[in-house]
Amino acid sequence: MFSKLADNIQRAKKSDFMYAFRHSPVAMISFLVAFILILSAIIAPLIAPHNPFDPATLNLMNGFSAPMVPNQYTSEVFLLGTDDQGRDVFSTILYGMRISLFVGFAAVTFAMVLGVSLGLIAGYVGGWVDAIIMRIADVQLTFPGILVAMLIFGIAKGFTPIDQRDEMAIWVLIIAIGLSEWVQFARVVRGATLVEKNKEYVQAARLNGRRSGGIMLGHILPNVLGPVLVIATISLALAIIAEATLSFLGVGAPPTQPSLGTLIRIGQGYLFSGEWWILLFPALTLLMLALSVNLLGDWLRDVLNPKLR
Amino acid sequence: MLAFAIKRFFQSIIVLLVVGLVAFSMFNFVGDPVDSMLGQERTDADVERVRISLGLDKPFPVQYYKFLQGAVKGDFGISYRQGRPASEIIAERLPATLELAFVSAFLAIVFGVVLGIFTAIRRDGWLANTIMSLSLIGVSLPTFLIGILLIYLFSVELGWLPSFGRGDVVDLGWWKTGLLTKSGLLALILPSITLGLYQMTLIMRLVRSEMLEVLRQDYIRFARARGLKDKSIYFRHALKNTLVPVITVTGMQLGSIIAFAIITETVFQWPGVGLLFINSIRFVDIPVMAAYLMLISVMFVSINLIVDLLYFAIDPRLRVGKSGGAK
Repeated sequence: MFSKLADNIQRAKKSDFMYAFRHSPVAMISFLVAFILILSAIIAPLIAPHNPFDPATLNLMNGFSAPMVPNQYTSEVFLLGTDDQGRDVFSTILYGMRISLFVGFAAVTFAMVLGVSLGLIAGYVGGWVDAIIMRIADVQLTFPGILVAMLIFGIAKGFTPIDQRDEMAIWVLIIAIGLSEWVQFARVVRGATLVEKNKEYVQAARLNGRRSGGIMLGHILPNVLGPVLVIATISLALAIIAEATLSFLGVGAPPTQPSLGTLIRIGQGYLFSGEWWILLFPALTLLMLALSVNLLGDWLRDVLNPKLR
Repeated sequence: MLAFAIKRFFQSIIVLLVVGLVAFSMFNFVGDPVDSMLGQERTDADVERVRISLGLDKPFPVQYYKFLQGAVKGDFGISYRQGRPASEIIAERLPATLELAFVSAFLAIVFGVVLGIFTAIRRDGWLANTIMSLSLIGVSLPTFLIGILLIYLFSVELGWLPSFGRGDVVDLGWWKTGLLTKSGLLALILPSITLGLYQMTLIMRLVRSEMLEVLRQDYIRFARARGLKDKSIYFRHALKNTLVPVITVTGMQLGSIIAFAIITETVFQWPGVGLLFINSIRFVDIPVMAAYLMLISVMFVSINLIVDLLYFAIDPRLRVGKSGGAK
């Protein structure tokens, strides 16, 4: 068991994939940046100097402290300054990133599951099922994703009772962004499935009497995963930006669970009065996150599927 | 050609009917319209009367048909928030959005094409490389951050340009324009750059890659051999052949410019339909949401239709492909 694992690691080290990775500075740096950001979001409660959502630890006197400058009343020092309520900006960014990343990953997972299943079904079954699924995809593609997400968010908001809107907002956001991004997955998987389903191994499986569901999941799916991984990475960057945009516009994460977009929205209000750090640091974090994931996605696409370039 | 046009036309109608269904469902299933019209003290007879007067007792297809009838006439009901017809509010704010969108598209095309040609001709120059790297960051920057950045630089630090609103407008009777006053033009600069930047980078990259492709062709080498001037080669021989994909992409992008105006309008508090839509989502103002949705779908679908037909008319290869039955 152990030797097999070690074997696999040895094999992975020698693979083309790792070779390409070690010879691309852009990929390594992006991976490092993304990894550090994601890790620090996960362990935020351990490394954040304050819990910004625990009112007991806040001191309003600390409000509007500039970065690295002792506060004039309490003489406390904050790495990235504090916002209007005296919350440490560094901590709010860490916690905000958790929400941004959670929404991003969850939305992409949702879009992936939905898109891959519909793509498999459309490609494998064909006929009118295919026609209906792909027509829906076409109609949705007519509209930019962010607009679709906004609309779904608006409709879902109408459905939820007023007192639960804040609690539900995160889930509504995930569904809205997920539904706006499934089309890419479905189209690629359908195309790959159309190619794979006529190959001998699928015919052999069919002759063995495997059912359609088993063939789709056990035989075709593993062979179409490469492009899916690429789209998932690029979608993650898009989802993070979409979430930030919606939250910035005030139709996303609720004030009780501020994401990076919400923090930027708050910070924008203080730009004119000179408290630039409330805006700048969340914005830079968002930029680094989106850019590193984006570059990683571009690199993955080039490595895994040179034809798409 | 005609068969293709008719087919595309019917596809567009189907898209609109589907969007209409979504808009119609919003009215019927999001909240109860009877609830929102009647107060706390109501009798069952009241409810029944309102239901009949709204036509809610009719079967679903009949209701949908009624809704479509209203939609075609521009009747989407009264805004829950402002107490005025939704279509009236939208019509009032549409000029602001259209002016912003067209100015942005214009800037994006002019600068995109010029920079695209420049970066293609000087492909290894330092300036071209800088522009290309900057464009990569431009694509990754979310629109709202670009807007905030510009506001910070030009309004807060330098104080040159206004950071919100539309400036003074001139009322032409049916169209309030900000293009004729100085403050209106000044107010337009930052939002239109914000909105057009993404499309500009897109067009620039497209023109660049198309130009590089074309410049490798034999007829360009031949033109050089004939001793033609560089200027004439680049602009008369090469550029013309890059324009077909540029037209298509630009046309398609016009739709997204109008959609992304929602973000820009919020950042700059630009009084257009996008800002109206965001507020209608925030306050669940269904009639305004539905009216905006239908309006923007009609725009998108017509733009796509026109671009498709244009593409078909411009590129003869496509005609052969279609009539040959391929795809």
